Amino acid sequence: MKPSAFEYHAPASAEEVVKLLAELGDGAKVLAGGQSLIPVLALRLAVFEHLVDLRRVDELRGIEQRDGAVWIGAGTTQAVVGRSDLVAAAVPLLARATPLIGHFQIRNRGTIGGSLAHAESAAEYPAVALALGAELHALSPRGTRVIPADGFFTGTWTTALEPDELLTGVTFPSWGDGDGGSARCGFAIEEFARRAGDFAIAGAVVALRVTGTAGEAQVARCAIGLFGLGPAPLRAAAAEAAVTGSAVAEVAGSGHAAEIGLAAMAELESVPADLHGSAGYRKRVGAAMVAQAWQRALAEAVGDGADQNGSV
Amino acid sequence: MSEVGIEVSVNGRTRRASVPPRLTLADFLRERCQLTGTHLGCEHGVCGACTVLFDGEAVRSCLMFAVQADGAEIVTIEGIAGPDGGLSAVQDAFREHHGLQCGFCTPGFVVSVTAFLRDHPDPTDEQIRDALSGSICRCTGYQGILAAVRAAATASSPSSPETR
Repeated sequence: MKPSAFEYHAPASAEEVVKLLAELGDGAKVLAGGQSLIPVLALRLAVFEHLVDLRRVDELRGIEQRDGAVWIGAGTTQAVVGRSDLVAAAVPLLARATPLIGHFQIRNRGTIGGSLAHAESAAEYPAVALALGAELHALSPRGTRVIPADGFFTGTWTTALEPDELLTGVTFPSWGDGDGGSARCGFAIEEFARRAGDFAIAGAVVALRVTGTAGEAQVARCAIGLFGLGPAPLRAAAAEAAVTGSAVAEVAGSGHAAEIGLAAMAELESVPADLHGSAGYRKRVGAAMVAQAWQRALAEAVGDGADQNGSV
Repeated sequence: MSEVGIEVSVNGRTRRASVPPRLTLADFLRERCQLTGTHLGCEHGVCGACTVLFDGEAVRSCLMFAVQADGAEIVTIEGIAGPDGGLSAVQDAFREHHGLQCGFCTPGFVVSVTAFLRDHPDPTDEQIRDALSGSICRCTGYQGILAAVRAAATASSPSSPETR
């Protein structure tokens, strides 16, 4: 047995979970799919006196349309997210990110809530949540609160969740077509990893909303999410602002895409460096990932190439 | 620390046990059930050798605690062959196409491929490569394994009988 000993709790409701977390304090950790936590325990990088398993908490699982947004229970596995027709149609970026997470055996256990609460900076789901403006739902003995994704990821493996708070679900707002049918969206994720299933050396997601018809089309909204390029997932805010409002003709093509990629890297302050690559190398890879994702998202939004966008 | 009582179906047989919470499902299968076909390589979720079916889905048994399997149905490599010991289509294809050499990783590959082909009976090569990416083999160079999965898919797909 590799992990150190702990007491095991498997309550049947989210309320019982947070009551236990409040009682047990710092020595307790929530166990969801365990695909990140159990390796950490096996390597004894962390030790907890109590694990509170969510496996019996059925209310944490499910995918539903709620008030025009898509709600996904925190305990929903990545495999279920990846198979969901509703996710594919309404949150295509999330659907496209899912196959990049680990391997199918990992996705059968790993949960969306676990990915978000673990907040690995090189992981896909946190960057997707950040780019799409998702809202995270937390429960504590004091009640519920909603945390916007842009205030949720606070640093390396740290989030805005209090020690007695449980992430119960996440809602993804619709980017919608709207605007009398003239707006269209495009979404893309690109990452580079040394092997399939590894955490990315650098990756990017791009979400775009384009309004206006052919010749007068312009970028109405743009979100660029970065992963593996800082202590937490990031938005490339200055690069987003620079392209928002631009005519599509001014931002299309590989030359413009490369410029946007470089602009997205210009703001970065603490790019990680390790044996897989220096900070400078990661920025070069990151710029290329942004450029590729940009071109694919834009092509989808303006209707070029294979249109996989089924947004509602 | 307190032990926890569990009841798990393993290869169709109900097993009751009292286990320490930190006992992984892999160690439970190997040490308590004496089912040592489930191999442990890295013990932190990277190598795939310990893959078993958990309620039908392929999972890493080193990344689960036995207590989490309470009430679940587990199938290990020992449960893949027929009751008469006859090899499954996947096992047969691995033997036929040199999908193994030392055999250490093979239980994880066979279990993973069994679940994969059930869900993707007519896979493309790209899908097969993606499915195999979660298991590490240090002997074969993977080409024999790839050929075995192709052959197993053909053998068990009624619409495209094997013409080899």
